[in-house]
This record gives sequence, structure tokens and C-alpha cells, in this order.
Amino acid sequence: MTYKPYGNHAILIEWSSKIDKNILKDVFFFKNKILQNNIKVIVDIIITYNSLTIIYISTIRNIYNEILILKSIYKSTFSQFKPENYSWKIPVCYDPKFGLDLEEISKKNDVDIDSIISLHSTPIYTIYFIGFLPGFLYLGGLDKRLNFDRKSNPRFVVEKGSVGIGGSQTGIYPQNSAGGWNIIGKSPISFFEVTKKEPCFAKSGDTVKFIPISLEEYQQIETQTKMGYYQLEKELLND
Amino acid sequence: MIKVLSSGFYTSIQDLGRFGFGDIGVPVSGAMDQYSARLANHILRNNDTDAILEITLGKCKLLFDNQSIICISGADLSPKLNDKKIKQNLTIKVYKDDILTFDKLIYGVRSYLAVTGGFQTEVILNSRSFFKGITNEHILKKNDSLSIKVVTSDVTKPFSSIKINKQHFTSTTIEAYPGPEYELLDDKQRKDLEKMVFTISKENSRMGYHLEEIIANKLDSMLTSAVLPGTVQLTPSGKLIVLMRDCQVTGGYPRILQLTDDAINKLAQKTTKDTVKFKIIPLL
Repeated sequence: MTYKPYGNHAILIEWSSKIDKNILKDVFFFKNKILQNNIKVIVDIIITYNSLTIIYISTIRNIYNEILILKSIYKSTFSQFKPENYSWKIPVCYDPKFGLDLEEISKKNDVDIDSIISLHSTPIYTIYFIGFLPGFLYLGGLDKRLNFDRKSNPRFVVEKGSVGIGGSQTGIYPQNSAGGWNIIGKSPISFFEVTKKEPCFAKSGDTVKFIPISLEEYQQIETQTKMGYYQLEKELLND
Repeated sequence: MIKVLSSGFYTSIQDLGRFGFGDIGVPVSGAMDQYSARLANHILRNNDTDAILEITLGKCKLLFDNQSIICISGADLSPKLNDKKIKQNLTIKVYKDDILTFDKLIYGVRSYLAVTGGFQTEVILNSRSFFKGITNEHILKKNDSLSIKVVTSDVTKPFSSIKINKQHFTSTTIEAYPGPEYELLDDKQRKDLEKMVFTISKENSRMGYHLEEIIANKLDSMLTSAVLPGTVQLTPSGKLIVLMRDCQVTGGYPRILQLTDDAINKLAQKTTKDTVKFKIIPLL
């Protein structure tokens, strides 16, 4: 692990550069230990695959002293923190109406559409972190057979809820956005709602499974989501 | 209340930013030039965190519906009150039916209008800063109404003299610390970074400024990691992108420099075709 200053009001902590569940666990655990210490000058802690970026409200007076404090927090064994992580079941409609690129990637990669859907909806994906757009989940665990190159011409607008594959990654667009991923389906649920106490239901360390749904079910869930009474299925993860 | 008669090129409500939601992908946002935004609030004896109006490049026309005290700082966009030129960095009393205009750009890019008590637009996730997908609007539109406080007291005695540091608008030197991936650069790249004059491309916005000149580069993208306003990214093609206040929270290009706060503020007053030179300063 390395600690380095990132400008004069942030500290970057990095683990080895790979996507690995054990690294995520350590990153996540460290973040929560820092949160527990309730350090007033820390305003944001950003998690990625192998890093924590700790952002301070203003210039850090003695950055090396601050790093020492963080190191001692990392080493401290006392922790009441028990991660409450959930596994989420995310409904996705893979109908060609939404799976705009299913046919093209099926032909290009010589995999039939049913296999793409089944390979995509079988794994349990780990949420590594949230970035790119508010509520965009970075997921790990895509089947290697579904590693499809990004589109050579990105779409100007990818609709909110669209489920895509870009290289070795898969994800859901939480809002309308430009994007170059291959779109294979759409989820009727909201991944980011500013009016909620917790605008994004998911967090780093949770898991996701995609549940294929029909067009009719899509419409039902979409209506229920709009009315505000759709309940996502979740289960507490036992570690 | 202020009624928007003409919204201008890009006008938005901003404060010092939205903190604490980076872990769910919410950008920081906030006034691009926080030196000028703070100054306007300071002159009015507002709080630093009070929301101001950020007016980019002019062509903005506002109608006051109540009495208030205002202050304008930042870029000089020839502000006029009822067609009479007014001074910046001073407290000015306005009355019902007064019309404030920002028109021709004299220097800088972004001007800040502060009102006593701050703009009272909705607070979302602890901030009033406009951002697409977070606040209802991301830029002002014609006929919008902005809630402000009625202030009938007299203008507070002005500070004896506020001398604006013109360097803030004219200096082309942008100070930066080495970024997390600076050490991956070779000697030639490091020298080029400090030697070259960079031109701001037409792709410049609240999210980031693309620079035109290219640095010979063999560095690839990296595993996605956090980025901050003021981070200078080096793309595989050798182009530099300076991230600004509305930037995403994560990115995958090497972060070779990190601008100082002052440098972000200075850059926010520059636009297409303006040139800058980096001055790299040690972290301690």
C-alpha cells in the first residue's frame, strides 16, 4: 500500500493495480474505519478498485502528519464496524426493443442472443465503486465470453436504465447520457434519486444479480417505480 | 425575487460545492472562480457559502422584483444598472423594477453576482450548485424566477478600497503540483510540460478544459481511479485535459498534475484560444 499527497487537500492511498475482491474488502474496511473516526476536516472519501482518495475541506497543513494518522487508523484493530452489504436483484428486460445492439454483437461475435442473455444474467456481480455518473455502478464479474469491444461510433444519447457491455465491463446508465457501450437491455428501476435520503440504494461491496423480465413486467415495474412503491428485492450478505 | 429576462450564454447558481456524495458519483461543482465568488460575498458581508450567480461571457439581463443590495466580482462583462455603467467590487443598492445587464466582455470570462443573504434556490444534497441530474435545472432559462431576500437597510459603508489583483485575469502562469502519476513521465515529457505554451481548445466547459498541443506519449490508460477538480489528465493521444469543477469523480487517464486552488480560479477566467504555461511547484 502506498500513501501519497494528491494536490494539497487530498491524500491518495493505493493498493496493487488490479481488480480483486480481497483488495475491495480491504479498501472498504479502511474507508469505514476512517468514517468511524469522524475526522471533521475530511469531506469526501472516494473508493475505486484499488484506491481510496481522502478529500479534506481545505489545505492540509502537515500532509505527512496526516498520513501518519491514517496509517495508525489502518492498523488499529478496534472496530465496531460490521459491513452491512446487500445482494440486489435488478430486473432487466432483454427484449430487442431495449437491447438495441443484441443482434449486432450476436452476429459479430458469433454468440446467439439467448446465450448472451443467460451469460449476462447468471453471474453475481460485485459492486466495486460508484463513479462516472451519479449512481453508475462499476461491476466486476462479467463472463469473459461477453467481453465485446465498445461501439466505434458512440451514441449521442443512451437512455436512462440502459444496460450495456463495454470491453470487460458491464453497467447500467443511471441517467440519459452519451455512451459507447453495446446496449443489451434496460432496467425499469432508478439508480439515483436526489429526493431520497440515500439517493443511491447500492454501495461499494454490495452484489447485483440481473433478473430477466418480459416487456409486460418491465411496464408494470416502471409504473410502480414512478408511483414510488416498487420494492427492490434484497438480501443481507453474510460474510 | 429576480426575474430572468435574458439568460445569457451559460448562467448558473453556484456556491462552494457539493461535498460528501463523491462515493455515489456526485461531482463537486461550485463556482469556477472561487476567489471572485468569495470576494463578492465578502464585500456584502455574506457567508462564504452563500449562493451566487455565475455569468459566463455576458448577454444576461435580470429584473429585480424587490429591494436588495448586490455586489459584482470576477470578469468585467460591462455590468449596467438601468443602462448606467456600474462599478464592480462595491456594494450597490437596487430597487424594485431595476434592470441589471451583463453585456460586452472586457476581461475575464466568468462574472459573479452576489445578493445580500445569498440566492435562495433549493438546496439539494447540501448545496445549491446547479448540476444536471441533481438540481432541477442546470442553467438559467428566460423567465426563470430566482428567490432573494428583501433588504431595505442602507448600503453598508464600503471597504475603503478594494484593489483587485489584475494578475488574476492576465497572468498566463498556472501553478500545479506533480499529480499521482507524474512519476511515470519521462524526462522529455516533464521538460515539455513546463516549457510548452498550451492553447485552450474550444472544448472548454465547467467540466474541463481540453488543451490543443500534444505531448509525445506512450502511457496507456490506467485502472479507473478518483479525479479532482484541477487534475490534469494525459490522454493516450498525448492531449491534456484539465478537469474543472463539474468533473466526474473518477477517471482512467494518468493524473500528471494537480492545479493549486488559485490556478483553478485563474484558469476559470480563460477561454478558447487563450494560452497558459504550467509552473510545477513541489508539494512541500
